[in-house]
Amino acid sequence: MPIEIPKDKWPGSVQTVTLGATAAEGGTRTKTVTVGGQTSMPFMHFEAPAPHPPVVAIEIKSKRPEDWSPLLAETWGEAMDAPAKWAAKAQEAGADLLVLALTLNDTPESAVAATKAVLSASGLPLIVFGPGQVEKDNELLVAVAEAAKGEKIGLGICEDKNYRTIVATALANGHVVTARAPMDVNLSKQLNILITDMGLPLDRILMDPTTGALGYGMEYGYSVMERLRLAALQGDRMTQLPMIVTVGFEAWKAKEAKVGEGVPAAWGDWKRRAIHWETITAMALIESGADILVLRHPESVALIKAAIAELIPA
Amino acid sequence: MALSGIQIYKLLPQTNCKECGYPTCLAFAMKLAAKQAELSACPYVSEESKKQLAESAAPPIRLVTLKGPEGEVKAGNEVCLFRHEKTFYNKPGLFIRLQASDPNLAEKVRQAAAYKVSYVGIDFTVDGFAIQADGDLGAAVKTVRSVTGRPLILMGDPASLPAGLEACSGETPMIYAADASNWEALADLAAKYKAALAVKGASLDEIADLTQKIQAKGVEDMVLDLGGKTLGDWLTLSTQVRRLALKNFRPLGYPVIALAAGGEKEPLVAAQAIAKYAGFVVLDTFSPELLYALLVLRENIYTDPQKPIQVQPGIYEINKPTAESPVLVTTNFSITYFAVANEVEGSGLPAWLVVCDAEGMSVLTAWAAGKFDAERIAKSIKGFDVASKVSQKRLVLPGHVAVLSGELEEELPDWEIKVGPREAVDLPAYMKQVLA
Ligand code: B12
Ligand code: SF4
Repeated sequence: MPIEIPKDKWPGSVQTVTLGATAAEGGTRTKTVTVGGQTSMPFMHFEAPAPHPPVVAIEIKSKRPEDWSPLLAETWGEAMDAPAKWAAKAQEAGADLLVLALTLNDTPESAVAATKAVLSASGLPLIVFGPGQVEKDNELLVAVAEAAKGEKIGLGICEDKNYRTIVATALANGHVVTARAPMDVNLSKQLNILITDMGLPLDRILMDPTTGALGYGMEYGYSVMERLRLAALQGDRMTQLPMIVTVGFEAWKAKEAKVGEGVPAAWGDWKRRAIHWETITAMALIESGADILVLRHPESVALIKAAIAELIPA
Repeated sequence: MALSGIQIYKLLPQTNCKECGYPTCLAFAMKLAAKQAELSACPYVSEESKKQLAESAAPPIRLVTLKGPEGEVKAGNEVCLFRHEKTFYNKPGLFIRLQASDPNLAEKVRQAAAYKVSYVGIDFTVDGFAIQADGDLGAAVKTVRSVTGRPLILMGDPASLPAGLEACSGETPMIYAADASNWEALADLAAKYKAALAVKGASLDEIADLTQKIQAKGVEDMVLDLGGKTLGDWLTLSTQVRRLALKNFRPLGYPVIALAAGGEKEPLVAAQAIAKYAGFVVLDTFSPELLYALLVLRENIYTDPQKPIQVQPGIYEINKPTAESPVLVTTNFSITYFAVANEVEGSGLPAWLVVCDAEGMSVLTAWAAGKFDAERIAKSIKGFDVASKVSQKRLVLPGHVAVLSGELEEELPDWEIKVGPREAVDLPAYMKQVLA
């Protein structure tokens, strides 16, 4: 007896967003990355093919981070001392694009230098994140945006407190912004409205719904993402943006990933646990609609890329 | 789907004889629809109506319970596709697969059965064991039973299974797995031993066909193995089954079993299965770090989105504090409380931990929502009469809310307000250096 499989047919679709510009497009990237375009819930290819599968970014820092897990320091080694080397190594590790995270110690000059170093060391599309303090972010990101004019980089983190400056510089220099709201469908929508009101088109906005690590609030982000994606498919224009999630940042903050000693024996092997923390957080968020996963460990990158490859039809 | 009062009324005798205690059949039907009355109160309902009513009252996904002498695992009874629509109820049981032929079987079971890990104060263990009948299944079941009484899944064929089922008779194990070639024999075994029966097939059509045939032989408790070679195939099948079941398509209204089958992919296959509708997950690898991560994922996905996990506000004593010990302040979100309490406990240093009522929110969330401000903290300190416990009034704030220290000094003028580290991991070092 053949079963009739229920298929959802949605009126809405996710906006496509492209990061990076090749020489032909006025930049110097050797490839671009496009995300979005879905017309069904994640990987429901039997309803509608999704044109762009999720992609993996590797997060590197402008300066050697002192507070990262020793496991990360071990795997990246000396490359962590120079953004250019780190970028090249991240590209080798299979990143589809790079995230350069600036620090509170950066000056506009050092931020621009790091950005340029990364852009010349790797042809991958780039997203640059400020250190996450409104004034500092504005100061650094404006300089970076100007220096990278034409490269169509992503600029983050664009929040309700600082979106004006970042959106203005993205508009002036042809970039994309990543808009972050704290795990709330309506706050995400509101921020996207404010940003588009300034004249930035939807195909230049990524949405960061905020993510928690496994065991540290991940489930809130998971459900907000499902709700945002459902709203997008139902046709709510201001939720129809691809979603970026900073899994590496969250997962490697968790004690499970950060600490090897003085933890319960039942936590098992440190390194494998840390990789599980990052990959399992990422896997759950892929299922709930993530389009760009920002990771930190090369082994996680390989595992998640393999998983994505298996989620899309051969 | 539950029937409406009117639909139920149509199945009643419609004589208004009042013997059920209600003035009319319609009134009784309304009470039935609201689940405030029992059908047995009407002596005159026809057998046919009883059957229809029972069917309509059954949950869309059958609740299947596996039982061992120690513990049980329930799967099914789910009501939604996305957890925010209501919640997910029955956490998928995590089983470890063992080989009957394994010479180290007893040792492996001992290890896995001894596994216990704690997350936000809840202890988690492995839920049960799956035994592959590649040797004497009867002997293997006895070996496992000499170590643990947790529920079993017996994996084999009509020839190898009876010995195993005999060795655990009186329990409710799961038999794995009926397919087009062996379903009659396995259905007989399931009926005889009152076991649940896993059913597999090359397609959902084939599986639905089999469940109907097996049900006709009197076996009600079934579990579906959807196959699915890739993560994508499995996700598609599992979603289709959940959707069909929720639309009351009975032949697929059963919990799903996922075999994660070892290797590099195992963690992600299992993670997907937990997030996307599995009722049972079978792992080939016993690895503490993997189990811990999967158990936490399961807890996260199955937490009721309407109710954050919370602890009781109050003053908690860690490592036998004295009048000289410092007072630490935090919120009553379980994750937050345990992050702090575990660190302090692990350090061996005594402290008073004051847990404020922040409506179950984390430090920064509560602060942003106005549920963890100087006024509330001061109220807790006074309310729990913390001053009477200490001689030196030192109060340590979480580093993330350093901004509160000025206001708090005003609220609590006779206390010394200190700002601790941002992350709990750094508390032991801080307590040694700054508070010693
Ligand atoms: C999960 C989450 C939520 C969940 C709530 C979960 C809950 N029950 O609390 C939801 C989705 C409901 C939520 C809602 C909101 N959130 Co929220 N949320 C988060 C998120 C992702 C994780 C929080 C978490 O659980 N952390 C884990 C716990 C363990 O951390 P913690 O409590 O801080 O404890 C640690 C430390 O503080 C320290 N510590 C704790 N106690 C103590 C004590 C001492 C003495 C010391 C020394 C240390 C210490 O140890 C712990 C481990 O290191 C964060 C962002 C992030 N990734 O961190 C945002 C975040 C906290 N949320 C934020 C906001 C703004 C909100 C909202 C106000 C948004 C809105 N307007 O709707 C609402 C408020 C709630 C409401 N109005 O109902 C902001 C706060 C911004 C700020 N700095 O002010 C954050 C930082 C996101 C952001 N970047 O914007 N949120
Ligand atoms: S006992 Fe049955 S037939 Fe009589 S009024 Fe009640 S429902 Fe109707």
